[in-house]
Amino acid sequence: MSTATAPAPEATSRRRPVSPARRRATRGAWITYGILIALAIIYIFPFLVQVATSFKTEPEAAQDPLSLIPQNWTVAAYEGLFANSDFPLWGLNSFIVTVFITLGRVFFDSLAGYALARIPFRGRGLVFALLVAVMAVPGVVLLIPKFLVINQLGIYDSYTGMILPLLADAAGVFIMKNFFESIPVSVEEQARIDGAGTFRTFWSVVLPMARPAVMTIVILSFQGSWNELNHFIISTQDPSLTTLTKGVAQLASGALSQGTQYPLKLAAAALMTVPVAIVFFVFQKRIMNASAGAVKE
Amino acid sequence: MTSHQASQSKPARSAPQRRGSIRGRQGLAGWLFIAPIILILGLFLVIPVLMAAWVSVSDWTGRGSPFSGSVNFVGTENYSTILGGEGLIGRDFGTSIRNNFYYVVLVVPLQTALSLFLAVMVNRQILKGRGFFRTAFYFPSVTSSVAITVLWLFLFSATGVVNKVLSFFAIEGPNWFQDPRGVLHILLGVVGLDQAPDALQDPAFLGISGWEWLAGPSVAMTAFVLMAIFTTSGTFMLLFIAALQNVSGEVQEAAMMDGATGWQRFRRVTLPMLRPTLFTVLTLGLIGTWQVFDQIYTGTQGGPAKTTLTPAYLSFNSAFVDQQWGVGAAIAFVLFAIIVVLTLVQRWALRERDVPRRRRMVPAGVSGGSSAAAAPGIAAPKDEKRDTH
Repeated sequence: MSTATAPAPEATSRRRPVSPARRRATRGAWITYGILIALAIIYIFPFLVQVATSFKTEPEAAQDPLSLIPQNWTVAAYEGLFANSDFPLWGLNSFIVTVFITLGRVFFDSLAGYALARIPFRGRGLVFALLVAVMAVPGVVLLIPKFLVINQLGIYDSYTGMILPLLADAAGVFIMKNFFESIPVSVEEQARIDGAGTFRTFWSVVLPMARPAVMTIVILSFQGSWNELNHFIISTQDPSLTTLTKGVAQLASGALSQGTQYPLKLAAAALMTVPVAIVFFVFQKRIMNASAGAVKE
Repeated sequence: MTSHQASQSKPARSAPQRRGSIRGRQGLAGWLFIAPIILILGLFLVIPVLMAAWVSVSDWTGRGSPFSGSVNFVGTENYSTILGGEGLIGRDFGTSIRNNFYYVVLVVPLQTALSLFLAVMVNRQILKGRGFFRTAFYFPSVTSSVAITVLWLFLFSATGVVNKVLSFFAIEGPNWFQDPRGVLHILLGVVGLDQAPDALQDPAFLGISGWEWLAGPSVAMTAFVLMAIFTTSGTFMLLFIAALQNVSGEVQEAAMMDGATGWQRFRRVTLPMLRPTLFTVLTLGLIGTWQVFDQIYTGTQGGPAKTTLTPAYLSFNSAFVDQQWGVGAAIAFVLFAIIVVLTLVQRWALRERDVPRRRRMVPAGVSGGSSAAAAPGIAAPKDEKRDTH
C-alpha cells in the first residue's frame, strides 16, 4: 500500500555523479515531462470541454466545440434539466439507493469479513472458496438471471429490488477480512475476558478500530452504486424509480430531445459526475490505494 | 444477532489457541455473521444462474412463471439457433461476436501497453508532480460509463472536438458514431479491393460471410475502443505502479553495473518481475472487454448497421425487448463460456511459454503467479506479496 512514497528504481541513476550520465538523465527528465504533460492534457481536456459546452448555446457548441470559454454564457441547459425533465427525481433516487447500499455493505461486509478472518467455524474454507469463485462470474452475464429472480420474488419495480441484490459485495468482504487479520488477537482477548460475546467484541471493540477499512468500503461502494447502470435497467421500469445513470442514458439516446442538445446532455453528465468527483478529490489517496489494493493486498 | 446466547454445539476444529467453552458459540456466531452475505449471494447469484440455465433450454416468452406448465423444454434449440447462424438472431449473434472480437483485439493490448507506459513514466523518482499526473490519468476511471459515453458522443460527433482537431491537419473526420464502414474494408478499398471476392461471399462462420468477418471494427466501434482505453488505463496504471514499487532497487543497480541500458533493464529485469500483474491486467482486460454493455446501451444501441452490437447487449435486447428469453439466456451462457475459455487459454499461454526460462531471474513465488484463473483479483496478489519479502 505504499504507492506514494517508496523509492522508484530510477532513483539510482541520481546517485552517479558522473556528469555525462547526469546530463543524459536531465534530458530524459525533460522528455518525460513533455510526454506526460501532453498525455495529461488529452486526459483532462475532454472534461474541461464538457463543462464549457454545458454553458454554451446549441449553435455555438456545434460551431466551436474546442473553445473553453463560451462566447455567450447561458445556463439554459441547466434550467432545462431542472425545469423540464425529471433530473431532480433521478438524483434523489440515485442518492437513496446509494445511501442504503453503502450502509448495508459496510455492515454485511464487515460482519462476513470478521467471521472469515477471526471466527473459526466449520466450513469457513468452503465459504471463502465460494466467495472467490463468485467474484469471477461476469456481471453482464447475470442480467437475465437476476431479473428472473427479482421478478419471481415480487420485488420488481421497488427500492428493495434495486438495493438488496447489490448488498452482497465479495470484494468488500475481502478488504474487511484483510484488515481484521492485521489487528492483533490480544485486543479481542481482553474483551472476551471481560465477558463480551462475539458480536459485542466485534461491534464495540474491533469494528471501531477498522475505521480506515470501513472508509474504503464507503468510498468504493458510493462510487460503485452511484455509477451502477445495468442492475437498475433490469430491476425497474417505473419512471418514478429512474436513477441518474438510467435517466441520463435515456437522455443520451434522445428521449427528451428533438435536436442534438449537446449542452443539455453534457450538463446532465457533468452534474452526475460532481458527487463522484468530490469524493474522488477529497479521498484521492485512499481511492488510489484502494483500487490498487483491491488486487494487490 | 444474539449469537453469544447460542448453545454450545460441536467444537470448531481449527483454533487451538481459543478456550473450549467459547468454541461452540463461535461456530454458530461465524455462520450467523456470514449468513447475510451467503443468503444474498445465493438468492441473487446461484439461484438466478440455475433459473437462467432452465430458461436457456425452454421456450418461455416472458409471461407468467418460467416454471409453469405451459413452458416447454426445447433442448439445445436456442443454442443451435444462435451458434448455427440461423435466421436474423443467428446472424446478429455472429455479427456481435465479430464486433466484440475486434474490440477485444484492439483494446486489451493497447490498454495494457498504455497503462504500463504511464506507470513507468509516473513512477520515476525524479519526477515532480507525480500526484498530479496520477490523478489526471486515473480520474476517467472513477466517472460513470454513462457520463463518459455522453461526453464521447459529443467529442466524436460530426461537428465535435475530434473532427475539429483533425481539420487542423486538413483531415476531414468521419461522422464517427454514424459510420458503419469497417476499418479493414476501408484499408482494403485503398488498394482497390472494395467488393467481396467470390470465395468470401457465402456464410462462413456463425452465419456471416468471410468478407463480413474481414470488415474489422467499424468507425463507430473504434470510437468505443478509444473510450475504453481512456477509461481503463488509469486503473491498470495503478496496478502496475503498485507492482513497480516492489521491483527492488538493488536488482536494478546490479543490472546497471553490468552495463545494461535503460531499455535492457526494463525488458530483462523489470518486465519479468511484473509478470503476475501483467497477468492480472490481461485477464481483467479480457473479462471486461467481452462485457461491453453500458456504452452500447447509452450510445448507439448496436447501430450503425449493427456494427456496435455486442453479445452482452444482444443478450439483453433479445430478452427484454424482443421477449426471446431462451435465446437471450443462451447468449449469456455462451458469452460466459467465451470469457472462461479465454481466461484459461491466456493463463496457459503465459505460463507455459515463459516461466521455465524466466524462473532463474525471478524470485520464488513470482513465476507461479497464475493460480488466478478463478479470481484474478485475489489470487495474484498473494504472489506479489510473497515477492516483497
